[in-house]
Parts: sequence; structure tokens; C-alpha cells
Amino acid sequence: MATTVVSDAPPRPATTVERLEDDWAETPGLGSWVGTVDHKRIGLRYLYTGMAFFVAGGIESLLIRTQLAGPDLDVLGPEAYNQLFSMHGVTMMFLFAMPVLSGFGNFFVPLMVGARDMAFPRLNAFGYWVLLAAGIFLYSSFLVGRAPDAGWFNYVPLAGEAFTPDINIDFYAIGLIFLGISSTAGAINFIVTILKLRAPGMILNRIPVFVWGELAMALQIVFALPALTLASVLLELDRKFGFHFYDPGEGGDPVLWQHLFWIFGHPEVYIVALPGFGIASAIIPTWVRRPLVGYTYVVIGELAVALIGFGVWVHHMFTVGLPNIPVGFISLASFTVAIPSSIQVFAWLATLIAGRPILRTPLLFVLGFIFIFVVGGVTGVMFAAVPFDQAVHDSYFVVAHMHYVLVGSAVFPIFGALYHWGPKMTGRLLDERWGKVSFWLMFVGFNLAFFPQHLLGLFGMPRRVYSYDGDLGWDAYNLASSIGAFILALGILVTIANWFWAKARGEPAGNDPWRGETLEWYASSPPAPYNFVTVPTVRSREPMWDQPELAFGAQAPEDGGRPLTGGHLTLSTSMLDARPQAIVHMPHASIWPLLFSLALLALAYSVLLELWPLTAGAVVACGASVMGWFWPRGQTQET
Amino acid sequence: MAAVETTTDATPAIHETALGETGLPGELLPLHASGPRAFGWWGMAWLIGTEATLFALLIATYFYLRSQSGPAWPPDRIPDPELRLPLVMTVILWSSSIPVHLADQGIRAGDVGRLKAGLAAGFALGATFLVLTLAVEWPDAHDEFGPTTNAYGSLFFTITGFHAAHVLVGLLISLWVQVRVWQAAFDRSRHLSVQNFATYWHFVDIVWAFVLATVYLSPHL
Repeated sequence: MATTVVSDAPPRPATTVERLEDDWAETPGLGSWVGTVDHKRIGLRYLYTGMAFFVAGGIESLLIRTQLAGPDLDVLGPEAYNQLFSMHGVTMMFLFAMPVLSGFGNFFVPLMVGARDMAFPRLNAFGYWVLLAAGIFLYSSFLVGRAPDAGWFNYVPLAGEAFTPDINIDFYAIGLIFLGISSTAGAINFIVTILKLRAPGMILNRIPVFVWGELAMALQIVFALPALTLASVLLELDRKFGFHFYDPGEGGDPVLWQHLFWIFGHPEVYIVALPGFGIASAIIPTWVRRPLVGYTYVVIGELAVALIGFGVWVHHMFTVGLPNIPVGFISLASFTVAIPSSIQVFAWLATLIAGRPILRTPLLFVLGFIFIFVVGGVTGVMFAAVPFDQAVHDSYFVVAHMHYVLVGSAVFPIFGALYHWGPKMTGRLLDERWGKVSFWLMFVGFNLAFFPQHLLGLFGMPRRVYSYDGDLGWDAYNLASSIGAFILALGILVTIANWFWAKARGEPAGNDPWRGETLEWYASSPPAPYNFVTVPTVRSREPMWDQPELAFGAQAPEDGGRPLTGGHLTLSTSMLDARPQAIVHMPHASIWPLLFSLALLALAYSVLLELWPLTAGAVVACGASVMGWFWPRGQTQET
Repeated sequence: MAAVETTTDATPAIHETALGETGLPGELLPLHASGPRAFGWWGMAWLIGTEATLFALLIATYFYLRSQSGPAWPPDRIPDPELRLPLVMTVILWSSSIPVHLADQGIRAGDVGRLKAGLAAGFALGATFLVLTLAVEWPDAHDEFGPTTNAYGSLFFTITGFHAAHVLVGLLISLWVQVRVWQAAFDRSRHLSVQNFATYWHFVDIVWAFVLATVYLSPHL
């Protein structure tokens, strides 16, 4: 590699760009389409796939709300209703919120930390393909009319073989084991990327808050997901092979499922919420034109929520009849979550007050998020009180609370991010007027759909029942809720249409349309395959505001920009203070991640259908694809 | 990319490390990383973190179901587990970590011979453990109870089975690393795969301490 420029050669930037194009451009075609390891293409795939499942989950919810619009309706039978509400929950948690938030993370974490790719690019591609395969696996259950039907938390004994002998539950359990591979691979990739690939100078307290949010999410996935995987494995051992983990007749215990599920399930709520908090912390400073107030407290708040989230699972089980003392501790811990959460809310409010808010669509969505999340948080504190929880358990009050928390902390920030970051992802601005229309439709529709459910719950309407009598005084609230759901859906459609319209003929965005503060605005829109012409040296928490030399998109070597040409290269830096340690060769496009995920898909179906010879074949295929993956070839990093 | 050799008189181990230019005037950085400087090392560390959580939950499941069971454990007149063979297996498994460690140390010093010998010895000991589990210990236990007899049987075979599966995966990784050794893939500065295999193998050995204590020793208490 020669960085010496011959005396009459063209000036340095052009040379560097040409070299980078040589090193990084993926030749268009089928091979690069299925084999790409570019974190931005993979991020967009996560986003589009997640949004497609969002539409599917949304259609399910509209069917549910149509059935419940009036008393004694006959749109859906009880069995169809059970399948739809179960798949609605599974879809929104696992196939919409997690993939879309991972998608933004995939696209923006490397950009925001100043890296050229994720730490493990092929693992990244693998995570996406497994997600897609698991989504197809779960949804193929509708084709045979056997979708999971025991709710998204799938309690035994209802989910045991005695009460659900058909394969509905096997789709659920095998599908989630399968999906767990994708989430775990993605989480480890995020953690290593954030710890080891930060641009020189990005010491811990210069990491953008959104990146901290993704880190908190990834840490939770690493330590929470094994509980779901284990619960599902034990369930399949019971169902398929006659083991007795959940069978009280032979020494098992159905409550074991509840413990394992919620040891995962409560952190899961924060897995979905923490990146949303991070999005809010990324959007607010740009749109009020000042740094976030209380950066350190917000970061500690995020990590504290992630940590405390592991200690509150039993608050989903207050009606099980557990001993009083542990229930008391869990109740206390559940109250405690309010503290780090409110620290963040107050930091956002203080930033809004101290800055000069520009009320465009991204900020509107964040304001909507704060309002909705605070309402959900208040009912959350109510649930921490055991007697109240016992009174409203399994009623629509729970449904209202959970939608306020999850739609508040995931959907509204995600939609804000589509407007804030969409221009970076597609290179085009979304339409502002339609953005505002979409926001107000979603905000009004959401509150109309879910606020009345608080009251329905207090009146005693149970969740998960497909119909109700007309003489209970619930009709008007249910009708309002159904109307609200359709208004919300309309608002969502407006943004989806806006996105595709902008992609086709929106105004070009330019590198930094909002004058943002973090490094994603240092790249072009959309970013080049190598992200930046030079890997920047960071000297501030808001580098784009404090380092004027970054505005030109290629920090010069005399300012600390490293061209790092001569291959698929990125820097490894030290974990705490981001000092450069090594140059790392990143792998090129590869077909093996796709083949491995296809082998896993075959494995999943073979276990589902108990086709054991196919299982053996699929295991061999998995082994072969791992070997193909790691088979040494030319440029890849030797390990 | 052109690699250049250092000419400084630093510690000998660094002499052979290839360096590359970052484009900052005069800055040279190593092109090969191992240990905590390498991404792969951290990938393995977090994989072990999530796997350790899985085993911790399995063991918690064991004690949870025991706590919900009657006073007799094992239940249904199943005798306490025999200890002689599991303790022999323990010695075999734990001793396998020594050659694996020596292999790892060997390649750090550039000694491919020690690497080959250590990996082969570790493989032989690990394989012996696995064969003893599947061919002797399980059939012995199975004389008394099976995985479908009751929850105790399910726990016994699932926990030891999870661990045996990890030993099997470790052996497969070892085979892979050994193939790469014969292809002369490793030297003093390039040996991350060896390091990651050793880390994984030690992890599997440490987990066995908890499996042994839970499945074999705790019923005697």
C-alpha cells in the first residue's frame, strides 16, 4: 500500500475516493444481492421486512377491532380470534419492533461511531436471513390454519400437548428458538461494534445516546434471550418427546414456564423500549439546536433500566399465588424502574425548554412519544402495587397500559426516525405536510383506540375474549376504540406512502439536511459503501457541531482523518478511550450466511413435522454451510 | 496491501508482526490482532456470556423443580446417582484443558509442534469423556430411569445432554482448527482461532463443575 502521492498526481481526495470505490463497491447482480455484507443494505432490509410484518400485524389488529366494534359480532370465530391476537403479539414484538430497531441500529451504529462496517459483517447478513426465514416459518402456520393460539406468552398447560395437541404451539416454540439465533447474533455484533470499532477519539462519554440505547438493548438480549430459548426447548421436549418439565403429574411445574418466560419477557419490553429512548435522545438535540441536557444521567438511566429490568419479572405473576416476601421485593423493584425512566423524561423536557424547538415531523413524533409513554408509565407504576394489579389482572386495563408503553416507546420514535433519518437512508426528503398529517392521525387515532380500553378494563372487560354481551355498557367504548384503530392505521399508511413517494421523487437531501450533531451526517446521503472518505478523529460529543473540518465529508489527514485504503479495512480501537490498535480486514460478500439460514429453515420444518431423516440431512447441511463460511479464501481476515 | 516489518528492537514477539499504514502520516498499526484487540475474541466472549446464562437457567430450573417436589429427591425411589464414573470423567475432562492451554501458549511463541500435540491430546481426552457419557454413563443411568420417567429424569438427561452437546461442538471446532494447523495457517501473530477454541474449551470444562455439582453431587445432600 503506497500512500505517497507521485508529485504530479491528482490531489489526495480524488485518489482516495477512487481507491475506496475499488476496495468497497459491490458489483451489482444476483451474487451481490444475496451475498451482500454492507451494513446499510442489511439495515434497510431489516427495516423493510419489519415494516412488512408491521402491516401484517396491523391487519390482524384491525380484524380484531372489527370483531369487537360491537357486541355479539360474528366477523371472526373464537379459534380465528385466538390465532389472530396471538400472532398480533408475536408479530409486533418479534417481527416488527425488534427487526426495525435492529435495522436502524444496523444502518446507523457504524455510521455514528465512525466505523466502515459492523464488527462481523457476514454474521450480520446471517442474522437478517434467519429473521426472514423465521418470519416465513411463523407465518406459514396461517397457510395450514394452525397459527399459534395461546397468546404471545403462551402459558402452559394451555400450550401443552394435552390441551393443544395440534402443531399451532410447535410453530410458536420452534419459530422463537429459531428467531433467537438471529437476535443473539445481532446483539453480539452490536456490542463488539460499539466496544471495538469506534472512531479514534470517541471515548466512552462521547458515544451518541442512540448508540448507548442499542448497546443496552443488545446487552439485554444476550442475557435475557436464553430464558425464552430454554423455555421453548423444554416445551418442545415435553410436547414432542414426552418429557415432564411442565407436567405437575410427574414432578414438573407449569409455573416454571411463567418464570422462564417472564425472565425473558420483562427485559423484552425494554429491549423494544430502550432503542426508542435512544432515538428520542438522537432527534431532540438536532431539532432544538442544543446538546442534550444531562447526557451522563440519561446514559446511566438507560443502563439502569436495562439492569433493573432483570429484577421485575414476577410482577407479571402477582396473581399466581407466590409467597409474599419475593412478591414484595419485586413490587419494590418495579416501582424503582420509574426513577431512571423519569430521569430520561426530565432530561428530554429540560432540553426542549432550554433549546429552540423546531416543530417539524421528527420532533412532533418525539413529543407524541413522550406524552404517550408518560401515560403508560403512570399506569405502570399503578401495576407495581400488588393489590391494584390483582384487581385489573387480565383485563383491558393491561391491554391499554401495554399499548401505551410499547406503541409509545417503539412505534412513535420509529416513525420519527423515518422522517429524521429517512433522508440519510434514501437520499431524499420526505414530504413535511403529509408527515404532519400522518402524525396527527396516528396520535389522535392511537389515543382514541387505547384510552377507552383503560375504562373498559376498570369496568371488568377481560382481554382475549372474542365477543361480549350488549347489556354491559361497553358498546360505545369498544366502538370508539375500533374507530381509533382505523384512524391510527390510516396515519401509518400515510407515512408508508410518503416514504415510497419520497424515495421515487422526493427532494434530494444533501449530506446534512438538518445540521445534525453526530457522525451519520458526516457521510453522504445515502452513504457510500465505505461510509466515509476518511475515518474521522473525534474530539467532541457533538462532532458535527464542534469540528468544522468534518463538514466537508472528508476530514483531512492533518486533522486526523485516516483514508485507510488498500482493502476492506476498518480500525480496531481500544474499548474505553478509543485509541487505534490494529487495522482489520473485513470480509467480502458471501453466499454462505444465506445457505446456512436455509439449512436452519429446513431443520425447523423437519422438527415441526417430525421428519427425522430430513432433520439429519438439515444438520449435515448446517455443518457444511458453517464450513463453507469459514473456509479460508484470499482476502478474508486470517484468524 | 504491502506489509512492512518493524525494525525497532522492541520485544522479539512483535518483530514479526506485519504492520500497515492508516494514511495518517507515519502511522503504522498491526494487521493481525489476537486477544482482546481482535473482534473475534470479543465475539467469543459474548457468546460464552449468553451460553453461560443458558446453563445458569438450566441449573436454576433443576433446583426450582426440586424445590417444588416432595421431600424425596430423586423422587419415585430412584437411587442417588453413582459417583465413581462421573468423578473419573471429571478428571479426564478437566485434564484436557491442560494440553489445550499448552497448545495456545505454544503458538503464541510460534511453536507449531506444541500446538499440534496439545490440540491432539486435548481432542483425545475430550472424545474419551464424550464416549464415556454416551456409551457408559447414560446407559447405566438409563437402567434406573429415562428422560420420560418423571421430571427428575428429564432434568438429568437434558442438563447432561446440553453439556455433552457443547463438548461435541468443542471437538468439532478442535478438528477444524487442527485441519487449519496442517494447512500452516497459524503462526506467532496469527492464531485467533486457536485462542477462541481454547477459550470455548475452558468454558465447557468450567460449566462441567456446575453440572457435576448439580446433577451428581446435590442429590446426596
